[in-house]
Amino acid sequence: MSFDFPVSLASLPPGGAGRLVAIHGGRGQALRLRRLGLRPGALVRIVAAGGWGGPVLVEVDGCRVAVGRGLARHILVEPLNPPGVTRGHGTR
Amino acid sequence: MALVGQPNAGKSTLFNAIVGYRAVAANFPGTTVEALRGQASIDGERAEVVDLPGTYSLLGGDVAERVTRDFLLAGEADAIVQVVDSSLLGRSLELTLELAELGIPAVLCLNMMDEAEHKGIAIDREALSSLLGIPVVAAIASRGQGVVELLAALPQARPVRRPPYTPDVERALARIVEAITRNPDFQGPSPIHRAAQLLAGADAVLDAEMAQAVEEARAALARGRGEDPGVILADERHAQAMRLFEAVARVGQPHIGWRERLDDVLMHPFLGYPFLLLALLGLFAAVFVVGDALEGLLSPLLDAVSGQISAALGTGPLAAVLLGAWDGLAAGVALVLPYLIPFLFLLAFLEDVGYMPRVGYLLDGLMHRIGLHGKSVIPFLLGYGCTVPAVLATRILDDERDRLVTAALAVMVPCAGRTIVIMGLVGRYVGPVVAFLLYLGNVLVIALAGWALTKVLPGVGPGLILEIPPYRWPRGRNLVGKTWLRLRGFVMLALPLLAVSSAFLALAEALGWARGFNAAVRFLTWPMGLPAEAGVPLVLGILRKELSLVMLDGALPGGVETLSWAQMIVFTVFVLFYVPCLATVGALGRELGWRRTGIVILGTTGLGLVLALLARAALRA
Repeated sequence: MSFDFPVSLASLPPGGAGRLVAIHGGRGQALRLRRLGLRPGALVRIVAAGGWGGPVLVEVDGCRVAVGRGLARHILVEPLNPPGVTRGHGTR
Repeated sequence: MALVGQPNAGKSTLFNAIVGYRAVAANFPGTTVEALRGQASIDGERAEVVDLPGTYSLLGGDVAERVTRDFLLAGEADAIVQVVDSSLLGRSLELTLELAELGIPAVLCLNMMDEAEHKGIAIDREALSSLLGIPVVAAIASRGQGVVELLAALPQARPVRRPPYTPDVERALARIVEAITRNPDFQGPSPIHRAAQLLAGADAVLDAEMAQAVEEARAALARGRGEDPGVILADERHAQAMRLFEAVARVGQPHIGWRERLDDVLMHPFLGYPFLLLALLGLFAAVFVVGDALEGLLSPLLDAVSGQISAALGTGPLAAVLLGAWDGLAAGVALVLPYLIPFLFLLAFLEDVGYMPRVGYLLDGLMHRIGLHGKSVIPFLLGYGCTVPAVLATRILDDERDRLVTAALAVMVPCAGRTIVIMGLVGRYVGPVVAFLLYLGNVLVIALAGWALTKVLPGVGPGLILEIPPYRWPRGRNLVGKTWLRLRGFVMLALPLLAVSSAFLALAEALGWARGFNAAVRFLTWPMGLPAEAGVPLVLGILRKELSLVMLDGALPGGVETLSWAQMIVFTVFVLFYVPCLATVGALGRELGWRRTGIVILGTTGLGLVLALLARAALRA
């Protein structure tokens, strides 16, 4: 398993996975996300991304959480590279 | 005994299994927003059982969570049953550890054991019980399994054994506990819980000494770790919960079945929307087809009885009053029940399957355009059933402004009572397509009103965080129970009200009062192009919306079928929007305060009048 440079959760494509690095923004929201398993170190997978700037559907610890697009931009993840693929730089 | 647990762990389902069907249970987080009480026989004695709103923690993030926290801190509960979704045991144990700090005797109920098996999770109950020091009972509340065992285990309830935090956190807590116990004003079940809350920065201090202790403890902890103490506590509980989970659970291969695949289509960024539209159209069509058929069966029957009564009573004021009462009752049964029953049943089905949070997810992007987010969709959808629970459901929203805007808009969603007017008048006499267009137009008006409200009340609420539970195949018994629970409100309250109002109307007509009143509100009915007889029904509609249709049917000499299509549509549009019914006004007053409620009443009535006049103008053209 190898991880790429951190990007925002909102920029991961559906099916993409990664390891959560940090949550920026309000303390209350950060605690709420933690309660649902979205905490630094957690492995996350994007199940779907909503249309019209809609939320991203994240799978974490075997359960699914919808996170608004704006909030997802404040969550940093290290994308998990598929085995055998290495990239020297971030996805952007 | 109080039922505590994370949202959607099945507390209300368990509550219903213990005390009989009393609480609305559904497959979405945040169904219960107030404490519900019931009675049960436990260990040979009557005991009160309280169903509390779901909570992820005792920090009190939203109004519903604060209800739970305040109830537990008030020390009313002799025992707690923590209800856990077994498939999410690891996460749920974080709440168990928080409850440990309260020191209230507890039992752990591992609910949804079938879900855990589905996910390949096996739990060693005895190991968990000895680690926590409390009884652990397995259950599947939706099938009533484990309820007897749970009640039998209650007398063995013990305070949860609290594992220690890391030494630096314990030192910080001890420092605050010392200050708390010295304060004579301190009340509450346990100083350690209060200390943890204070350390997390989530509670108010009582005196200067405490303030200093908290300040020092927080500063010392933050210095050592470089993190917010609230986050440190949450992380430590998480680590402890994970250790517990790993000690007692084995995770095998999960099953991947239809439930996991269904979201690939239903929550797809493009395909999800046609399916959403299809689901709503299906609901609408089913309610119309079933309702129309039932009404066709019932109407001739009731008319025949009416004829018999009328022949037996003869004429005179008393006969008119009695006949009026019967007509009101009959109209209620014939017009209202046929549409209400299939509607409430299908709504219960959608709720229990777990489609509601998916709609919230799908519409989040659109909701942002009107200054809200997807979680507000749940109050809106509940509003199609009844506006009162819709207003209460705004408690699941974190932000005060979002609550106000959502409640103000949810009031305009056509509830079952207004659905009766749409279906029974426009659907029946003008056509189902026009009725459906009214629903679409209503959504459009709400969206525009939301957009306008956002201009008046700017501010971006926090983004969406919504748990999407797995799909569950609903149990027929639970659907029937829920339909009955909601229908009961109609049968117990609306039917007598219909009979009384109808008798009153008959009396008023016999004595010639109705004419005077109708003339007094002619300034309203005339510009809308409605007959003067619509005056009393429209005002009575404030009691309950469906009343206005039933009363109108009685007030017009030839019944509502004598109205023109345009009049039917204008009448329905006005009924859709003007003053929410009395029960809703009460709920709004409690949730928003009376000043804001007044503004909502004036705003919706003004909007209703404007839209009715617009409809009239458009239909004339």
